[in-house]
Amino acid sequence: MTNDIAGLDKSDVALIIGSDTSEAHPVIAARLKKAARKGKLKIIVIDPKEIRMADYAEIYTCQRPGTDVAVLNGMMHLIIKNGWEDKKFIEERCEGYEALKEEVDKFTPEYVERISGIPAATLEKIAELFGKAETAALYYAMGITQHTTGIDNVKSTANLQMLCGNMGKVGGGVNPLRGQSNVQGACDMGGLPNVFTAYQKVGDAPVQEKFERFWGVSLSDKPGIPMTVAFDKAYDGEMKAFYIMGENPMISDPDLHHAEAALKKLEFLVVEDIFLTETAKLADVVLPASTYAEKSGTFTNTERRVQLLFEAVKAPGEAKHDWQIHQMLANKMGQNWNFGNAREIFEEIRKCTPSYAGMTYERLGFNGLQWPCPTEEHPGTPVLHIGKFTRGLGLMTAIPFKAPAEMPDADYPLYLTTGRILQQFHTGTMSRKSPGLNNLAGPHAMISVQDAEAIGVKNSEKVKVTTRRGSIVTTAFITKRCPKGTVYVPFHFAEAPANALTINALDPVAKIPEYKVCACKIEKV
Amino acid sequence: MQISMNGTSIGAKPGQTIFQAARDNGIFIPTLCYHDKVGAAGKCRVCVVEIEGMNGLQTSCSVEVREGMRIQTRTEKVINAQKLVVDLLLSTGTHDCIACDQNGKCELQNAAYYLGLERGSLNYGVPEKDMDESSEFVFVDRNKCISCGRCVAACNGTVVNEVLDFKYRGNKVDIAFDDDLPMGKSSCVQCGECSQICPVGAITDRNSRGKARHWEVEKVYSVCPYCGVGCKLELHVDRKANKIIRVNGVEGAPTNDGMLCVKGRYGYDFVGHEERLRNPLIKNPDGTFRDASWDEAIDLVSRKFFEIKSKHGADSIMGMCSAKATNEENYTFQKLFRQVIGTNNIDHCARL
Ligand code: SF4
Ligand code: SF4
Repeated sequence: MTNDIAGLDKSDVALIIGSDTSEAHPVIAARLKKAARKGKLKIIVIDPKEIRMADYAEIYTCQRPGTDVAVLNGMMHLIIKNGWEDKKFIEERCEGYEALKEEVDKFTPEYVERISGIPAATLEKIAELFGKAETAALYYAMGITQHTTGIDNVKSTANLQMLCGNMGKVGGGVNPLRGQSNVQGACDMGGLPNVFTAYQKVGDAPVQEKFERFWGVSLSDKPGIPMTVAFDKAYDGEMKAFYIMGENPMISDPDLHHAEAALKKLEFLVVEDIFLTETAKLADVVLPASTYAEKSGTFTNTERRVQLLFEAVKAPGEAKHDWQIHQMLANKMGQNWNFGNAREIFEEIRKCTPSYAGMTYERLGFNGLQWPCPTEEHPGTPVLHIGKFTRGLGLMTAIPFKAPAEMPDADYPLYLTTGRILQQFHTGTMSRKSPGLNNLAGPHAMISVQDAEAIGVKNSEKVKVTTRRGSIVTTAFITKRCPKGTVYVPFHFAEAPANALTINALDPVAKIPEYKVCACKIEKV
Repeated sequence: MQISMNGTSIGAKPGQTIFQAARDNGIFIPTLCYHDKVGAAGKCRVCVVEIEGMNGLQTSCSVEVREGMRIQTRTEKVINAQKLVVDLLLSTGTHDCIACDQNGKCELQNAAYYLGLERGSLNYGVPEKDMDESSEFVFVDRNKCISCGRCVAACNGTVVNEVLDFKYRGNKVDIAFDDDLPMGKSSCVQCGECSQICPVGAITDRNSRGKARHWEVEKVYSVCPYCGVGCKLELHVDRKANKIIRVNGVEGAPTNDGMLCVKGRYGYDFVGHEERLRNPLIKNPDGTFRDASWDEAIDLVSRKFFEIKSKHGADSIMGMCSAKATNEENYTFQKLFRQVIGTNNIDHCARL
């Protein structure tokens, strides 16, 4: 998030697109709902499902899955046409406006209606409410990123916010809601193939030199490969070994059959986790690790806030903290690491990570600190890009619309889209160990009333969902919240895995799979 | 500013209520409905005080301090009024503390203790109400409800799930879920906000019942392991049993201000789960696993990595770090790959 959670009630308008907020980020949803009920905040929801947040919205509309670029371009078309753009902001702080303007010119409400199904009049209302707002924030989650056009979608959200001058101000911003407790931190710590900590580029001479000196070895300056590519290479026999810490790609990966085949072809698979997950079962060596409650350390949340965790209980048996395992291995392989606890590691992180340099465990205290926090005097940064973008001028990019990789057709006439539900989490490694959570939510497919009638299936009956990749049998949950022509399957369940259905089509740059759209059919069983 | 309380001069901030000023200065005024997050309800009338120059008793939760104000919190008049209210409450419900989960933290118990009331002196013959055990995680005992309104305010005004409300049955107020459904059948999302804010034992966490009393648990701050909001948690831990007894949201935390969702509050079973891995495992040739020591496992991994690296190069090894591990652990993981194994092949599941 460019902005902070506490500031979200400072907006006049919030656009929620591609985020089922009350299911996936309930506490942020609570704050948005509260601001809306108090009367200041007006919410716009654009989502293929009539999500619960729609009940709190001023305007709700449903777009066809995978048409977000067209919708956002359409909003910008109208905003420019009516002169609601922030001319001063564009002039002083952005570049690329002319190209953007030219691109969105053809996205008339009628054209956008043909692509997205959003009525022209509704789009006009949305553009007016958003465009005229003094301060408007934009929230999105995986509904924007998990597409073959994921990067295009993300850039479009930034275009819109720059156009309206909503960047670098309290109550505005582009606010991706992170899906896992420490995704932000994993990225900040260099858990990416092309960057070291704090996004310092692999291959950049001064950066290479800095880390070579800091770690006392010579380092590869060749960027690594993203995970999705690594799976393909493993399948082709090019990759030989995987070391997987605390993740379960056997549930989360697109096209599970492919993922399983890839992992089975490896010469050597190490999995470090707290349970014998579906993925761990395939491993040659399994290393027992600790849960959040068993360790001290820090997580960085979606608003870039670094917060402390403290050890509350002891891990079972001989299970260790992940860092202890890494240290044993590093030292076995010839290094001489000497970390005594998490705090000592954090002290090392500070020394090579400019945005964390000013943080200490003492300073993190009760509230934590939001990066960038470059010095020990720095108060942290709740809102990014105030006065100036990190790169100088904000780059607006002309983004043409591209259709999803697989569209419904005669054989597979429905859209399949996947996601989360409130009571379960990700691959279920944690949440499915709770009998209570399991009682609240088991595997199901959300189906519209019309589509259910067409195949003669009733609520709670079994239904088979099939795509070109495979099929699952699950329980039908028939709901008015699903529009005709769209089926929604939560991905948490190993016994009815949504990712046996999804398509392994990736965003060309970010390599994110298109979990949010493919074609399917449903049958009664 | 300075005000006088029970004859002593104390400091107070403009805009503060008398109740807040007293609390800041360590002076106990019992209250049942006031809570920082939902504000003054003015319902229970237990927090009354006498103010010089004002007629009658005033509720300290709703009157703001003024320079030079002279306040009495323990006059006979005050105590008698408080006793009357608390006696009435003790007499109209079943407030037996012995096995109550709120024992030691109950605000009614605290008030009764402060006033020296053992039990209700009036006999109304109020009929027993059924327990509502229909919810997966929340336990409701209406016999202990004091109709303070905190849960209704919290469900509607804080988490805005809009499930709880008061219903009127004859002239008896009662809390109701939706149109008076059993909690588990209502639209409640089991966020537990009502349970955390209930001053008595009327709404409690079902899985914590009978596990440990409040003074037996140690409270440890943590951060929710689920989504990226990063809600701040207070884990209530029985150190001897090595168990989490209960999870609360931390009031005043910048991320969640006490709020949690059903996963963060109640989804902690996995921590102490019997299927947790307890020692390293090495796969046998027949595909089964055998237990191994750390020495053996680390030895095997490092040998295989060396072997594969020398045969196929470091770039034939891939590491996946974890969005569930700490910053410190993700740092050591990528350092292991870059510094020790010699490849930048590191990624995570964040996008999935
Ligand atoms: S658990 Fe949450 S949603 Fe349910 S009644 Fe209590 S406050 Fe409302
Ligand atoms: S309690 Fe719920 S909303 Fe808060 S971090 Fe955990 S999963 Fe997210």
